[in-house]
Amino acid sequence: MTEKRVAITGLGVVTAAGIGLEGLWAAVLEGRSCIKTLERIKPGKFACTLAGEVEGFSARKFVPKSYRKSVKLMARDIELAIGAADLAFRDAGITTIGIDGEVDIESRRLGCNIGAGLISCDLEELGLAAVTAMVDGKFDLKAWGETGIENLTPLWLLKYLPNMLSCHVTIIHGAKGPSNCITCADASGQMGVGESSLYIKRGSADVVVTGGAESKVTPVDINRQLKMKRLTLTKNETPETAMRPFDADASGSVIGEAGGLLILEEMDRATTRGAKVYAEVAGFGGACAPNGQDITTPNAGNLSHAVRNAIKNAGLAESDIDAIFAYGMSHPAEDACEAAEWKAVFGDALGTIPACSINGTTGQMFAGGGAVQLCIAAKAVSVGTLPATANFQSPAAGVELNLSNQSRTVDMKNVVVASFGTGGQSGAVVLRKVDA
Amino acid sequence: MKYARRVVITGMGTVNPLGHNVEDTWSAMMEGKLAPSVNELFDASTFPTKFAAQVKDFDLAGHIPADVAAGHSTAGRHCQFALGAAWEAWQQSGLAQFDELDKTRTGVYLGSGEGSLDFENYIGCLVDAFNTEERSLDTDVWPVLAEERMDLHREVEQESNMVVSHLASMLGVTGPAFNVLTACAASTQAIGEAVMQIRYGWADTIVTGGAHSMIHPLGVTGFNRLTALSQRNDDIATASRPFDLTRDGFVLGEGASILILETYEQAVARGATILGEIVGYGASADAYRITDQDPEGMGAAASMAAALNDADLAPKDIDYISAHGTATKQNDKIETKAIKVAFGEEAPNTPISSAKSMIGHLIAAAGATELITCLLAIRDQILPPTANMQEADPECDLDYIPNAPRKADVTRCMSNSMGFGGQNNTLIVSKCDS
Repeated sequence: MTEKRVAITGLGVVTAAGIGLEGLWAAVLEGRSCIKTLERIKPGKFACTLAGEVEGFSARKFVPKSYRKSVKLMARDIELAIGAADLAFRDAGITTIGIDGEVDIESRRLGCNIGAGLISCDLEELGLAAVTAMVDGKFDLKAWGETGIENLTPLWLLKYLPNMLSCHVTIIHGAKGPSNCITCADASGQMGVGESSLYIKRGSADVVVTGGAESKVTPVDINRQLKMKRLTLTKNETPETAMRPFDADASGSVIGEAGGLLILEEMDRATTRGAKVYAEVAGFGGACAPNGQDITTPNAGNLSHAVRNAIKNAGLAESDIDAIFAYGMSHPAEDACEAAEWKAVFGDALGTIPACSINGTTGQMFAGGGAVQLCIAAKAVSVGTLPATANFQSPAAGVELNLSNQSRTVDMKNVVVASFGTGGQSGAVVLRKVDA
Repeated sequence: MKYARRVVITGMGTVNPLGHNVEDTWSAMMEGKLAPSVNELFDASTFPTKFAAQVKDFDLAGHIPADVAAGHSTAGRHCQFALGAAWEAWQQSGLAQFDELDKTRTGVYLGSGEGSLDFENYIGCLVDAFNTEERSLDTDVWPVLAEERMDLHREVEQESNMVVSHLASMLGVTGPAFNVLTACAASTQAIGEAVMQIRYGWADTIVTGGAHSMIHPLGVTGFNRLTALSQRNDDIATASRPFDLTRDGFVLGEGASILILETYEQAVARGATILGEIVGYGASADAYRITDQDPEGMGAAASMAAALNDADLAPKDIDYISAHGTATKQNDKIETKAIKVAFGEEAPNTPISSAKSMIGHLIAAAGATELITCLLAIRDQILPPTANMQEADPECDLDYIPNAPRKADVTRCMSNSMGFGGQNNTLIVSKCDS
């Protein structure tokens, strides 16, 4: 029995560049950055006042009427996933119970695997409850237990469980196959695509909606990133040029919120129904740094090992790779570390392989990061155009990646798409062009 | 045989409310010890639930070599449990002495929860920067307070992937490293997907399991608001009553359990003691409601059926089911229905029990802990009981091994986990035949 193959037949993204793939695709071709001054949070005394926020987004538009009241149980992260899922299914031309029309997927054959981060709770909601439990000007745990907690809605906890991205999507779209939630920061998207491919290969599902979503545009998360010295502190006045992966003038990252979901489909099913296939998932590789718990020392997640594993898993050699989708946090130490990982894989050939990073357009998207990167890579492979790297002017020291602030026509048969996150886990996926 | 690569277990370790290692835990279960006690982790005296199943007197530096522990001084509470459990499992596996171990092909796949919130500073900053009149956070104040009061490591260690980072570092392994957080199903799902990674050749050895502690004020608040926790404050020890008519919710626990998976081939070649083989894994989603399980149990039944199918086994081949058995009104009734759907006429003949009756509910770490009890049942040919069964529930009418362990011929066990939100997972573990 020949092994089943995995096609990408749908893409759904919600990012600072807009709702849907078109807006983001246009922005990454132009190399335009969508970073702005914080809007949903008053910038106040935050040392970094920038973000890539999704504007004009309402999750209510992406759920069936009967499910609208459930939207109030969704943290922003969940909402972004709901939007991306709807867009992805529609793009794939697959009609689930969540989309008007004749359902054409059996629920038990539909899987779900959506990466998430640690979801921060709404401080205004919690604050309103907490201030009811003050004794002598201080928060009092006894008062909280006695009456304070009743000021939180009974289902409060369910807004913030990371698996709820997947759970809401499975309910809305009637997905009763395997359902998982990977929480490995930015690399969750690669891991989700890798693991979901196995659902299809082993026969547990025919179609899987996978990727990730996260919004760290919250006070608690901004504070954490600041404490880790990850955000740029010097570019608050020039938002559009603040996020500049691998550039010599990079000074730190900017938080971007995003949802990115892909529809993976068993290849025969996709071709039989005449679906457009963006690319084939040809290989996955994972790895981790030996010192990932040391969050103050950049490690790029041992990315070279993940990339080599993915290339090997695809049955290819390094010389078969036509383009590199690098991550690029726009953080000098992290970028230098990542660049060295790419150099370790490709050696002197690195400079000859066209490469890009889309984070300059969107900001660092955490659990949505690898996923949105994969959506763009799939689109790029299908049309033969490699996105620009926003704000890339001159390479930072040690960066030998072949980057450009212009988009390029590149014939991409096999590309590698890799990311990593805080904690030191990395993931890489090889995508292969499928001849029409 | 569907897969050329078989996956066996060669090490296990646990830190939980009944014991700080596998043997102490198992002895306590055989003696029918009950973990719940008054909450000493914070003052819960005015909360609806004033108790929990807590890990007590655990000192990482006394549990693993002090120089190893010193490298993990930033680890949070559940991460310390995981380091302790992983050390025990790794030592038992003998991999520490296996010079040929390819650490680049040794992965970590956990189902670990988020780290405990730094509640005092978190809530302190919030109320001190909260503008009650405008009903909003004052961002001219809060960032300054947060910068001053919040600790870098306590903040970052809350991300659930950090336990994976610590374990990989302690053991020096650099293969694929995953964490999943599907609520109460997480560690069962982690183990199942880790099995698949080995079958498909992504890794040869994987450190798997889970860790969690939600015994902090906002964790208990959240579960109390959902009315998911037992409120049996007048009879704390027996508060966890799975499948009993008087059950009134689960008892929140904490801990970590870790297992070492490797290929059968590698285990045999290096002369390792094989504790069992994972022969089946199934996963499904209820896709029903966020707040409720599928009332007919069809999701859980599909998960069990998928595991049986994966293992090429029939219900009559299963000697014991380690139930999810949380002791909520809803779960135990629905799980019973689901077992009847999946097992048909074999359901009444299949002994079932819930370790949560004694250990409490370790949330993300529950499934891995319960899989360890299955391996011990196979080793000792004895089934752990469901404690605290006093009044029969007509809707829970299967054989739950009430109140006392039972000698039995045990070759294959099934372990179920079902997460809040409808993610179901099932593992089947077998005595390993050569």
